[in-house]
Amino acid sequence: MRRSRELARRVVARGAAQVSLAWLATLVVLAVLAPVLPIDPLAQDLLAELEGPSAAHWFGTDELGRDIMARVIYGARTSLMTAAGAVAIAGAVGVPIGLMAGFFGGWRDAVLMRLIDVLLALPGILLAMAIIAVVGRSQAAALLAVGITGIPSFARITRAQVLSLRKRDFVVAVEALGGSAAYTMFRTVLPNSWSPILVQVVVLSSVAILLEAALAFLGIGIPPPTPSWGEMLRTGKTYLYEAPTYAVLPGLVLTLTILSLDMLGRVMASVLEDRHEIEEPAALQGGRP
Amino acid sequence: MSARMAEPVLSVRALEVAFVGSGRPVPAVRGVDLEVHANEVLGIVGESGSGKSVTSLAISGLLPPTARVRGSIRLGGVEITEADHETLRRMRGVDVGMVFQDPTTTLNPVFTIGRQLTEGQIAHGRLRADAARTRAIELLREVDIPDPAGRVIQYPHQFSGGMRQRAVIAMAMAGHPRLIIADEPTTALDVTVQAQVLSLLARRQAETGAAVILITHDLGVIAEMAHRVAVMYGGRIVESGPVEQIFARPRHPYTVALLRSLPRLDGGAARLEPIPGQPPAPANLPPGCAFHPRCAVARDRARCRGEEPALRAAGPAHLSACHFAEEVPAPSAPRAGDGAEPVRPAVRRDSEPLLTVENLQVHFPIKAGILRRRVGWLRAVDGVSLTVHEGETVGLVGESGCGKTTTGRAVMGLVKATGGRIRFAGRDITSLGRGAMRQVRRHMQYVFQDPFASLNPIKSAGEIVAEPLRIHGLYDEMGGVGRIARLFEMVGLSPSMMGRFPHEFSGGQKQRIGIARALALEPRLLILDEPVASLDVSIQAQIINLLQDLQRELRLAYLFIAHDLSVVRHISDRVAVMYLGRIVEESEKQALYATPVHPYTQSLLSAVPVPDPTLRGVRRRIVLEGEIPNPASPPAGCTFHPRCFRASARCSAEAPAFLPYPGLPTRAACHHAGPLVPAPDAKHPQEVA
Repeated sequence: MRRSRELARRVVARGAAQVSLAWLATLVVLAVLAPVLPIDPLAQDLLAELEGPSAAHWFGTDELGRDIMARVIYGARTSLMTAAGAVAIAGAVGVPIGLMAGFFGGWRDAVLMRLIDVLLALPGILLAMAIIAVVGRSQAAALLAVGITGIPSFARITRAQVLSLRKRDFVVAVEALGGSAAYTMFRTVLPNSWSPILVQVVVLSSVAILLEAALAFLGIGIPPPTPSWGEMLRTGKTYLYEAPTYAVLPGLVLTLTILSLDMLGRVMASVLEDRHEIEEPAALQGGRP
Repeated sequence: MSARMAEPVLSVRALEVAFVGSGRPVPAVRGVDLEVHANEVLGIVGESGSGKSVTSLAISGLLPPTARVRGSIRLGGVEITEADHETLRRMRGVDVGMVFQDPTTTLNPVFTIGRQLTEGQIAHGRLRADAARTRAIELLREVDIPDPAGRVIQYPHQFSGGMRQRAVIAMAMAGHPRLIIADEPTTALDVTVQAQVLSLLARRQAETGAAVILITHDLGVIAEMAHRVAVMYGGRIVESGPVEQIFARPRHPYTVALLRSLPRLDGGAARLEPIPGQPPAPANLPPGCAFHPRCAVARDRARCRGEEPALRAAGPAHLSACHFAEEVPAPSAPRAGDGAEPVRPAVRRDSEPLLTVENLQVHFPIKAGILRRRVGWLRAVDGVSLTVHEGETVGLVGESGCGKTTTGRAVMGLVKATGGRIRFAGRDITSLGRGAMRQVRRHMQYVFQDPFASLNPIKSAGEIVAEPLRIHGLYDEMGGVGRIARLFEMVGLSPSMMGRFPHEFSGGQKQRIGIARALALEPRLLILDEPVASLDVSIQAQIINLLQDLQRELRLAYLFIAHDLSVVRHISDRVAVMYLGRIVEESEKQALYATPVHPYTQSLLSAVPVPDPTLRGVRRRIVLEGEIPNPASPPAGCTFHPRCFRASARCSAEAPAFLPYPGLPTRAACHHAGPLVPAPDAKHPQEVA
C-alpha cells in the first residue's frame, strides 16, 4: 500500500493539516489517557464553585466546584466515541450498499439508491429527537441518529467510486481472469475506493460531534453527570456573567475540533484531486508517444 | 531553396527549459538550436520525455509557470523569451498558428465552429464582426469541409474527429501566420483520416508559404511531410539534416536504431532490432551522452560515458551529436525478402482450429428518453467469422469503431454475443454460464492496450501476476512464488521487481507484467488488444519480439487486434480486415499485403505513411473521402459504398457476401473485388499533396 502512504505523506506535508492533526492528536491522546491522569470530572468542591482559571484549576470550576478542564477532557471521550460509533454504523451499512448498487447496477442499483434517497430526506436532529423519545436519553441515541443520517453519504460516495472503477481495464482484467463477482468487488474495487471514503469519515466525524453537542445543549443528550461539551455549554451560559470561562473554554475546544476536522477533510480531498501525479510521476512531459 | 538564404521565420538558440517543483529542477530541454524558414516543414521526432513538446510550448510561449526558460527564441526578428504578455498574445494570434493532438479538447464545445474560427481575428482587430460569417465559411471551404455554409453554425460535437482537426487547421491558418506548430496533429486520428489531414496540411502549407514545425513520434509521417528533420533525445537535438539524408544515411546511432526497430509495411518479417533499455526520464539522465547506455556504437567507451557530445557537422547541412559519428552504420535497407525470416513451427491447419467464430454478432440496444425505451441497435459486430489455429497469429485490423475490440471481448465472454457461435478447443462456449466460462478462461487470456490502466494500482507486481492463480485456487499447485518468479523471467523482468508497485514501472515493463499475468494459467490462446499501441517506438519492438518468442516456446495462438498495419504485418500469419462490424477481407499475410482485393484494404494500405522519403510522391495513394459512418445507422447495401472508389448501383442495394476470391488464399466481401489495376498514369503517379 505504498500509494496510500504517499497520499498520507502529501496530506501531512500541508501546513493546515499539520495544525489540525496536532490538535486532534492531542485531543485523542488526552481522551484515551483520561482515566490515568490525575483528574476527576466528578469530584465536587462546593467551596470553590464558579472560579476562574487558576493554578489548581486551569479552566476554572463549575457551579458544583468540579474541575472544568477535567470535564472537557472527559467530554472529549464522549464526543469521540459518538463520532466513532456513528461513522462505524454509517460506513458498515453505507459502503456495502454503495458497492452493491454501483457494481451490479440495474434494478439492484435502482432499489438500493431509492432507499438511500428516503434516508437522505430525514433531518438528522429530528431523527435524533425521535429516537430519544423512544429509547430515552443516552449516548446510543445520538450515535444512532448520526449513524443513520450518515449512511446516504457513504453509499453515494462508494457508488460513485465503484462506477468510475467498474469499467477500468484492471477491473475488467480480473473478470477476464475468471474472478467471481465477490472477488472483483471486495478484492479489487473496494481496496481502490478507500481514499474518498476516508475523507467522508472525517467529515461525518465532525457532523457527529456537532450533533451530539447540539443534543446535549438542548438538554436531551447524554444524561448527567457524564461530562459532555454541549452540556457544559448549556449550563455554562447560565453563569455567563459570574464565570465567563465556564462556557467559553469548552466552546472554544468544540470549535477548534470541528474546524480541525473540516480542515483535514478539505486537505485530504484536495490531495486526492491531484493524486494522478502520484500514479503517473512521468507525466511531466506533454509529449505522448 | 532560395528561401533558405533569407532570414529564418523562427530561430531558436541554446534553448533550455527546466521545471522547478518540490525537488531539484528537472531539465526538459537542454540546449536546443533550430531554425525554420518560410516554405519549409521542419519535422521534430522523439519519444516521450525527449523534450519535443516542451520545445514547441516554449516557442508558442505556453509553458506553465513552473518552467524556467533560458536561451533565445526569435520569431520574425522579435525575441519572445523576454516579451511581455501583450506581445505574446498578439504573436500567438497573428504570427503563430497551432494545431494540437486532440481536436476534441482544442475546440470549445459551447461555441459554434464559425465563431471559434474567427474570434481570434476579430479580437486582434483584423476582421470586422459583420464579415466574420463569410470569412468562416471561406476558411472551412479552404480545408475541404463539405457544405461550409451549413457547417459554420454547427457545434464541435456535430463534427467528426477528422473534420474537427480540419477546423483546427483552418483556425490555425486563419490569420495567415508565418509559423505553424503542429504537435502530433494526426496521432488521435485513424489511418484513412490521417491521410486526408496530412495532405490538407501539406496543401495549405504550400498555398500559404508558412513555415511549419511538425512534431511527431511517427517516422512515416516525417518521411512524407518534412523537408528537414531534427531528432530529439534526452532534451537535446541529437541529429538534424535534410529528410532524405536522415533516412538514407543517418549519422547518429539513435536514429539508426530507431529506423531499425520499426516494423515496416514495406519490410520483411525478419526479427526486429529493438533498442535495449528505456528512454531516459528527464529527472535522471545518464551522465555523458544521454544515449550511451542504449547505444550500439558507444560500447561503453569512456568518452561516451563522460563527455556530452556537441552537435557537429556530419555532412552538408547535416549535424550529429555523436563522438563517433563516422562509425555509425547504415540502417539496413528495407528488409524485403532478405530471407532472414525466423524459423517458425509450421501451423497445422488440417486439424480443428483452436478458436472458431461463426457469424458473430454483438448488438447493443440504443436507449433514449426518460423511459429508457430501446430506439434502435448499435451493430458493433455484425457477422464476423474467423478461425485461429494452434500456434498461429491472426491479425484483426481496422479503424476505430470498426468493432475489433468488441469482437475480442465477445470471444472472451466479457460482452455478450447476441448472435452467432464461438467454439473454443472443440467446445461451444457461446452461451456458457458464469461457472463454466471461468474454466474456459483458464485457457484463453486477454492482454489490454493500456498498461497504465490494466494493472491494479494498489497491488504489487508479484501479486498482480499471482492473481489469476489465486482466483482459480491453483497458486500452490502451480508452484507458488517460484512460478511467479519464472513468469517474470519469461517476460524479461527481474524477479527482484516482484515487490514493486505498477507506478514504479515504465510503460513497456507494465505491458510485460500484463503479459506475465495472462500467461500465468498456461493459456492456449491470447487475445492481444492493441498491446503495443501506447508504447514508444523503441519499446514496441521489444514487446513484439517478446510475443514472438513466447509464441514459439509455448505454442500459443494469438488473436492480435490492432490498427497499425505495419505491426500486424510483422507479427501475423493471417490477417482479417474489419470495417463497420464486418470482416471485409481475410487472407494469408503475404497475399493480403501484396495483392489486396477489397477496395477498403487497398486504400488502407495506401494511406499508411511509409518511413522512406524517396517514396514520397511515387507511391500511389488512394485518399478515401469521408469517415467511418455511425454503426447505429450503417449505409444500406455494402456499408463501404459511400466511400468506395469502385462503388456501383448494385453496391448501395445489395450487401456483398463474404466469398473466396479465385486464385488467392483470400476471402473478400465485395461485388467488385479484384487487385488494384495500375493507374493509367502510373509513370506519373498522382502527387500525394
